Amino acid sequence: MENTIVKAPQIDETELIEKYGYDDHFHDHHHGDKFQSNFVTTYIFSQDHKMIAKQFLITGMFWAIIGGLMSLVFRLQLGFPDESLAWLKPVLGKWIVVNDAGIGTLAPEFYYALVTMHGTILVFFVLTAGLSGTFSNLLIPLQLGARDMASPLLNMLSYWFFFLAGVIMFISLFLNTGPFSGGWTAYPPLSALPLASTGSGAGMTLWVLSLVFFVVSVLLGGINYITTVLNLRTKGMSMWRMPLTIWAFFITAIIGLLSFPVLVSAFLLVMFDRGLGTSFFLSEIFIGGQALDHVGGSPVLYQHLFWFLGHPEVYIIILPAMGIVSEVLSVHSRKPIFGYKAMVFSILAIAFLSFIVWAHHMFMSGVNPFISNIFVIFTLIIAVPSAVKVFNWISTLYKGNIRFNPASLFAIGFVSMFISGGLTGIFLGNSAIDIQMHDTYFVVAHFHIVMGVAAFFGMFAGIYHWFPKMYGRFMNDTLGKVHFWGTMIGAYAVFWPMHYTGMAGVPRRYYRFDTFETFSHFTELNQFITIAAIATFGFQILFVINFFYSIWNGKKMTVKNPWKANTLEWTTPIETGHGNWPGKLPAVQRWSYDYSKDEEVDYIPQIVPLAEGEKESDH
Amino acid sequence: MNFLLILISLVLIAIVAIQIGKVSDLASKIRGEEEVQEMNNNRQAIYSVIFLIVFLVGVIYSGMHYQNYFLGFGPHTPASAHGGELDSMFKVTLFFTGIVFIITHILLFYFSFKYRGSRQKKASFVAHDTKLEVIWTAIPAVVMAFLVIKGLDAWNEVMADVSPDEEYMEIEATGYQFAWLLRYPGADGLIGEKDFRLISSSNPLGQNWNDSKNHDDMHVDEIVLPVGKKVRVRITSRDVLHNFYLPHFRVKMDAVPGMPTYFVFTPTVTTEEYRKQLKEFDEYNVPSDPEDSSSPLMWESFNFELACAELCGAGHYSMRKLVRIVSQEEYDTWLATQKSFYESTIKGTSDDTFNNSSL
Repeated sequence: MENTIVKAPQIDETELIEKYGYDDHFHDHHHGDKFQSNFVTTYIFSQDHKMIAKQFLITGMFWAIIGGLMSLVFRLQLGFPDESLAWLKPVLGKWIVVNDAGIGTLAPEFYYALVTMHGTILVFFVLTAGLSGTFSNLLIPLQLGARDMASPLLNMLSYWFFFLAGVIMFISLFLNTGPFSGGWTAYPPLSALPLASTGSGAGMTLWVLSLVFFVVSVLLGGINYITTVLNLRTKGMSMWRMPLTIWAFFITAIIGLLSFPVLVSAFLLVMFDRGLGTSFFLSEIFIGGQALDHVGGSPVLYQHLFWFLGHPEVYIIILPAMGIVSEVLSVHSRKPIFGYKAMVFSILAIAFLSFIVWAHHMFMSGVNPFISNIFVIFTLIIAVPSAVKVFNWISTLYKGNIRFNPASLFAIGFVSMFISGGLTGIFLGNSAIDIQMHDTYFVVAHFHIVMGVAAFFGMFAGIYHWFPKMYGRFMNDTLGKVHFWGTMIGAYAVFWPMHYTGMAGVPRRYYRFDTFETFSHFTELNQFITIAAIATFGFQILFVINFFYSIWNGKKMTVKNPWKANTLEWTTPIETGHGNWPGKLPAVQRWSYDYSKDEEVDYIPQIVPLAEGEKESDH
Repeated sequence: MNFLLILISLVLIAIVAIQIGKVSDLASKIRGEEEVQEMNNNRQAIYSVIFLIVFLVGVIYSGMHYQNYFLGFGPHTPASAHGGELDSMFKVTLFFTGIVFIITHILLFYFSFKYRGSRQKKASFVAHDTKLEVIWTAIPAVVMAFLVIKGLDAWNEVMADVSPDEEYMEIEATGYQFAWLLRYPGADGLIGEKDFRLISSSNPLGQNWNDSKNHDDMHVDEIVLPVGKKVRVRITSRDVLHNFYLPHFRVKMDAVPGMPTYFVFTPTVTTEEYRKQLKEFDEYNVPSDPEDSSSPLMWESFNFELACAELCGAGHYSMRKLVRIVSQEEYDTWLATQKSFYESTIKGTSDDTFNNSSL
């Protein structure tokens, strides 16, 4: 790598934009004002991508708190099955069964409902909508130099469909028969037959309805992200100059667009089986004292359809986090991201492979064992691009000048979580080991670390990093660091021990462990996990306090570009209005990672033209 | 009242948190932001290293503490012929992933420490290194290829069905909400036909009594198998998905309504022998009931268990059956005491369709 010494002209951003920028006659149209003239169009039915991003974020945070509290309730059951939960009766009502001695226990049906809701809410509402929805909306136009999304209207609708999905899911929590309780994967026949489980009645109907609206939201958002990335890049912003955040959001949107419709088709067929007497997934069932008419269907077919979304879905969750982490690590270690092109190609490879590995969730579901051979091969191949990404993040730190703040700490924490959780995937992806590990706590540990905690870390890194761009103020640094270390230690304390119980064979989704001698060895460990979970949740409350306090009272942003970053969002005014740039659109002159290339200043923003004799960084 | 107390404490915590936050903001005002940032870099860099050490020590220590639950370690040895292959696959994977885990974590946190930001330093413009990148793409690719080959080798052997000329016995396990029904063939060694439409309170499996193969089939309360004999379990379900899970035998397979599945395995240790193995370990030399010190020791009361490992509804966690592995002689004795379900319960009653049709 040639270490070119450039003397990049450091001129005021506004001047640079004026001099080289692209004039789209923004001021002649005044569309900024048309869309944001009163309270409702500014804060509620807003079409400004920045406001929609905030809406996604705050709605996602609301759901994260609900989903997190649910997990605490069922963790109390698992850690302390004999302690009374009667004190929860005012909140949970009849789902707490109080016996004559005054000891309250969680009803098993409701335990399963909580587990199901926790999974659904976290996977879809928090880590899909809250993560991808927030940052794709915020960053795609800002980092590409666009005034807004290709279709601000669809963008607004995307949020409101998500909101509607949330309202329906929330209502289902208050049903007399309880919310859906058949697991977030909703495998039929359990999900198809109200006779099999109380939650499979009205709860399942509302669950499906909610998720169909949710898919509409994802598709509207996805079409918009893809179109914006392809068509609205500013002058000079070639694909190879895009920050990795944009690459990640772009590919995520494509994956979502291709896989979510398949989920809807699976849901549609389940609803036919439930309501119209068809037999897509049902066959030879005797339940509730009667033999059902359904013959010839296959429950395994549903699993194929479900996981055709379900597996890409985990990459829909983790890719945006990877993009955010790449950008945040690079900015705060004052170094270009190591192996930019390798990073892009590994995103592409992961995205492609994510479509041909779905049956690794089904090794033990009765599919022909021969088929599993192919899925094992593709699954373990994913380890290669994933490893490349990890090595590149670590190398980004190498010889850097790392500025520690909550954003960069969470980015480093992400890498640690991704390593820990990714490596256990190598066990599970190998079908021979999966015979024993399938549906045990080892799986719970694996996916919580690699896509739950890691994705949350990516999200936190993003929030701390771009909070100034969103609200013109900083989040408190000290609280942020306490939040980080508490979450880092807490999350490992919660999920690491689950590897051990999983290896011992303890199955997931058990209401109690003392029904089996084999699974009852971990009373103390389960108590430890529960206490750690409560503590970790407490640190998230700290984050929420910090977030909302800082919106109004945080330290004010005094310079446009507080992190000294290269990307375009930091060339907008501190109070970024609708349309993002007041005058011309900025023109891009170089790729987004020219950190420490110049010998005097350690960053060269994308709007700075190449210096005389400077070669564009060969990446 | 409780709710109010929680609310008040939350508000108090919030106030404390905000005050702590304000103090740090104040410090950066007094000392200058750059200096505060540099002090902060040093502090966080040290925390990174402390975390690294505590984390790695914690992982290794807890791993040692729970090593007896790792597959193939201590008392956690397989009780079936194929289990050893799974466990060795596990150990090989643990070896490779363990190395990667430790090295990458050391590099990650050591670099965070070493390259902490300072006003005197400057980062190097290192954007990529083709040679390095080729190497670290190739190494995982080679390791993965090795794991895939070894894994699939084991997988295809474990999952292979019985061959026609092989000697084996066949039994059937049927899951329903929320228990298992176990059926053994009689002297003919064949399991009779069944049809879900024939299920009733007197015929829980829906056996067709016109099929004479059904006449000697036995319904049993526990799985009893002779050691060293290959067994093919036919796994079916009456209502929703279940999963036939024998943790000690490394056996797991979904029970799917409308589609029988199977798992073939050979038990290699009797329950008695396995108990003797457990006796060697301290954690099995404690009373099985912690409240009652006169209860049998854990190894004495140990039994293999059959569990359900696919969410099947509210009683999913309670589908327990015992599994006993015995010598051939004991097995024969036990088998002789089992009665044909047809002979003992159905024959001559109004449910006996075989008699009706033959009249």
